[in-house]
Amino acid sequence: MALTHETLLEGSKMWGLFYLIGFSICVLIYTFLPSNRERFERAEREIFDEDDGPWK
Amino acid sequence: MGQLTTGERDFGAIILIVLAIIGIAMAAAGRADVLGIHGAMVLLYSLALLFVLFSGAFGTSPSPARLTRYYDDPIKVGVGLTLFWAIFGMFIGVWAAAQLAWPSLNFDTSWASFGRIRPAHTSGVIFGFGGNALITTSFHVVQRTSRARLADQLSPWIVLFGFNLFCLIAISGYFLGVTQSKEYAEAEWYADIWLVIVWVTYFVLYVRTLARRKEPHIYVANWYYLAFILVVAILHIVNNLAVPLSFAHAKSYTVWAGVQDSMVQWWYGHNAVAFFLTAGFLAMLYYYLPKRAERPIFSYRLSILSFWGITFFYMWAGSHHLHYTALPHWVQNLGMTFSVMLLVPSWASAGNALLTLNGAWHKVRDDATLRFIMMAAFFYGLSTFEGSFLAIRPVNALSHYTDWTVGHVHAGALGWVAMITFGSLYTLVPAIWKRERMYSAVLVEVHFWLALAGTLIYVFAMWNSGIIQGLMWRTYSPDNTLVYSFVDTLLAMYPYYIARAFGGLLFLIGAIVAAYNIWMTVRSSATATLPLDEDLPVDEKPIGGATPTPAE
Repeated sequence: MALTHETLLEGSKMWGLFYLIGFSICVLIYTFLPSNRERFERAEREIFDEDDGPWK
Repeated sequence: MGQLTTGERDFGAIILIVLAIIGIAMAAAGRADVLGIHGAMVLLYSLALLFVLFSGAFGTSPSPARLTRYYDDPIKVGVGLTLFWAIFGMFIGVWAAAQLAWPSLNFDTSWASFGRIRPAHTSGVIFGFGGNALITTSFHVVQRTSRARLADQLSPWIVLFGFNLFCLIAISGYFLGVTQSKEYAEAEWYADIWLVIVWVTYFVLYVRTLARRKEPHIYVANWYYLAFILVVAILHIVNNLAVPLSFAHAKSYTVWAGVQDSMVQWWYGHNAVAFFLTAGFLAMLYYYLPKRAERPIFSYRLSILSFWGITFFYMWAGSHHLHYTALPHWVQNLGMTFSVMLLVPSWASAGNALLTLNGAWHKVRDDATLRFIMMAAFFYGLSTFEGSFLAIRPVNALSHYTDWTVGHVHAGALGWVAMITFGSLYTLVPAIWKRERMYSAVLVEVHFWLALAGTLIYVFAMWNSGIIQGLMWRTYSPDNTLVYSFVDTLLAMYPYYIARAFGGLLFLIGAIVAAYNIWMTVRSSATATLPLDEDLPVDEKPIGGATPTPAE
């Protein structure tokens, strides 16, 4: 298959769309995975720990 | 630099000596070319740093106890550099604005002509002020959220001083007439190569520090900082691929040709807005807003969704800068579509920030620092909406090449980027220097109102002038001739240009007030008075308004 302008066009128009959709699904799964809930809740509160030095 | 070990001092000295030799080589090869002048500057810069390094080199070696603390020395220097560039860049901006109203302010010199001081302004505020603010706050945030000290003590200095050398070479070059003629990438090839070296050091330092983290999860602010560092590296390298005339000349020619060059430039240019002026500053928002409001972010999950939305969508939006050009129509459509889609993650971030403040609005009323951050989130929402709107082709037909674009950029740059930076600095400075509060709360308040008034005057002047300009350019008489000459439009712009310069002046005065306030905070002799409530478990932390404020 020759690498023509049309080939690149098709690639970006079609596979680009599938890539976008697939990528979005992965992000949604990661964000709403129930096992990640605790990790995120911890993360948003953890920054208030005023311990002003690196942990051992 | 007092904490550097002997090995780090030696290595630092070797780097500076090599840099000095490179400076001599540049000066020798460049001779009368600007490259020669820049060679001399590189030589002087490295010798000056070498002097600082040597003057402390034979002191006692640092105590091992330093490793139990965060490494904040580069942050302190970074705050100073940030404020220096803020005042310099904004001063040049006010000058450029005044030149548009009163052109004789170029004093008939070449170096002060508008075409040269404009890039000095944009680079001064974006790279000098914004870049130093990003490096400085990222060193602060990555250590605190990772619970780890910076991975080593030398590379933060290489990043900080190396980046400022880039700014110095770039901006002095513009005054001397050197430019690649690429917006936000005007610096020539040798400065670009140096920035790549500095930036790779920054990336490696950041990743190494994250790798040392004691916190299992990487806090979302670090995602944004890392996206900023990584993507800016990619953009910078691709857009600046160029062939110099010779190694003895400052001038180079880009490897890209014609419309590809335009597309690469605006892919770079718009993503510079996205990843330099947005991602890194969102990182500040996601750390300093919850800290200052003492409330966790409204939705952590939303911050993740908007992170991926912003990183993914922004990549494709650049072609909206090239509507109605030789760029293929479908590429313009692609850019327009992604720009409109960008509104979703952008407003998700802005909404997330404002909803975080629900229940803390009394603090916004009383605390000008938090008000800076709130107003920044508001202007972020405003300018991202405007950006999506302007990217729509028929809207762009009216707005493009007019002052509306300038107004849009400054709603983002003054209202969003500068306000979030000052809000972050007012939070960071007392924390780093262990002061209970800023030297003067009144001066923070004064700064806030100067900044807000300046932004509003600036932005409204440019909205008016831009739309009038666009309409005048497209007004036809019944016999299909243009009604207004270009000079007619300039006369119509005159009052707005004066208003714009005035708005910018207010903003500049605000930055000077900030610098004075921060200087006095640092100078005040108060010892460590910050309460360290480290013995409390996380759940019993006084989150959510337990700290009394004057209103309570």
